[in-house]
Amino acid sequence: MTITYTDNNATTRVADEVIEEMLPFFGELYGNPSSMHTFGDQVEKKIKQARQRVADLINADPQEIIFTSCGTESDNAAIRAALGAAPEKKHIITSNVEHPAVKNLYQHLEKREGYRVTFVPVDKKGVLDLDLLYKSMTEDTALVSLMWANNETGVLFPIEAIAEKVGEKGILFHTDAVQAAGKVPIDVQKAPVDMLSLSGHKIHAPKGIGVLYVKKGFKFSPFLIGGHQEKGRRGGTENSASIIGMGRASELALENLSVMDTRVKELRDYLQESLLAKIPACSVNGHLEQRLPNTLSIGFDAVEGESILLLLDQEGICASSGSACTSGSLDPSHVLMAMEVPYKSAHGSIRFSLSHYNTREEMDHIITTMESVIARLRAMSPFWKAGKSTS
Amino acid sequence: MWEYTDKVKEHFLNPRNVGELDDANAVGETGSLNCGDALKLFLKVNESERIVDASFMTFGCASAVASSSALTEIIKGMTLDDAAKVTNDDISDYLGGLPKAKMHCSVMGQSALRKAIADYRGVQIMEKPGEMVCECFEVTDLEILEAVKTKGIGTTDDVIDYLKAGGGCGCCLERIEELIESVKVKG
Repeated sequence: MTITYTDNNATTRVADEVIEEMLPFFGELYGNPSSMHTFGDQVEKKIKQARQRVADLINADPQEIIFTSCGTESDNAAIRAALGAAPEKKHIITSNVEHPAVKNLYQHLEKREGYRVTFVPVDKKGVLDLDLLYKSMTEDTALVSLMWANNETGVLFPIEAIAEKVGEKGILFHTDAVQAAGKVPIDVQKAPVDMLSLSGHKIHAPKGIGVLYVKKGFKFSPFLIGGHQEKGRRGGTENSASIIGMGRASELALENLSVMDTRVKELRDYLQESLLAKIPACSVNGHLEQRLPNTLSIGFDAVEGESILLLLDQEGICASSGSACTSGSLDPSHVLMAMEVPYKSAHGSIRFSLSHYNTREEMDHIITTMESVIARLRAMSPFWKAGKSTS
Repeated sequence: MWEYTDKVKEHFLNPRNVGELDDANAVGETGSLNCGDALKLFLKVNESERIVDASFMTFGCASAVASSSALTEIIKGMTLDDAAKVTNDDISDYLGGLPKAKMHCSVMGQSALRKAIADYRGVQIMEKPGEMVCECFEVTDLEILEAVKTKGIGTTDDVIDYLKAGGGCGCCLERIEELIESVKVKG
């Protein structure tokens, strides 16, 4: 069966150009970049190039780039480093719609390590309450960590403005830019953040490679203590092939930014408008403008997400749902709940996340399939009668 | 992705007995939109208290649909007395098993069936005996104790999987833990 892949916020296809550039480093070019011989040094040179390419994606200096194993490691390393830099401060701030990599660490810090945490709420469109954010910053605040773009809804936080304000107070600021990279421009000169996390597999590099940007001048203490790699900021022999892949993927991401904002956005809007027009009782989750160009989170009344996904799967369509429906915790995702999306559509929320590989034909396939899938599930739903939601 | 048996998948993709039953003389409803799954069971029962037809309407995940479909297949042709003995395990067994986290889907089937039978007999379902522990999913301490003792489950996650109790707001998780502990202490 042909696969229609619209789950790019979960992971992306590794670009052919990236695979091609990586392959030699799995094979004949196996040298250790730290070695004192030309054989290893040629790997070191490619890593240097990769570091430059990643730095270019976010307009940073290559020395500010640390390679890690994934976005989660980057987030953990950043948050721990910030706390280590201000050990006397016991208050930290984040939002209530963060990715688990930040959310669960914050909850751990609150429960187990005595930190006071402010989870800043969002409104019904997923937009952050900036007033509350600024008011909650105190002398005791060690860190503010906020995502650049939300993985479920695509809603963007105004990181440039926030970074400015947080910096004025002398508080450290970290942003998880995993979902933003390659989809919207990121410029750390305009957004003066102290630390920023990236993940390879969201931008057509492989899984198992992450990046942490650390602003020059910040006294960073390593999360993984070990060898001298990454200038002592992250121990462990370099994952050369993946780092080189990350470099190439970053270069491609920068080139493709304009495609994201034009062709991919047009496809997303076409999908969105068609679903809204053809299927009754559905609504988009999240702010329509302040949103990633590739993401559509859309809720369908009176049906449940997992059922939708499994029927889409029958047609080779890959998407994801905002409904948890796992381990009995049947509440929909914490993101949709934080936005007070009503239960009747939250349980039936589906996320389509596109990439530049998607086509108009694929959107048409999704639209036709969704029409029949939703009609089929509503026909058996006790909450749907005569073309209307009854709840 | 869930590891569903082929039978679960088959009943999800081709559910039997879907829709309202026009001449139903017993209806049982359980679950709600907020909970994430709900089942409305329709029965047609004849003079000799035999279920001659059954159908369902379900909102929920694949295993909720499959459990409902299986339930209607199991009980068709049964007397009400026999149907009253059908348990969630029968539904799960019929489907070749359900993932542990989805066992509550079969519990939902059992609950709707009990309500439909009570509806036919014109009896009010008695207020559940015991103390209400989980307000979200209306589960009592006796039900939790029973499950812990008979299903060999020993953690709050297990209780959530089987009964949903504790899986909503989570306020009662501490109480559930106490109940589990009390069983362990007594052996």
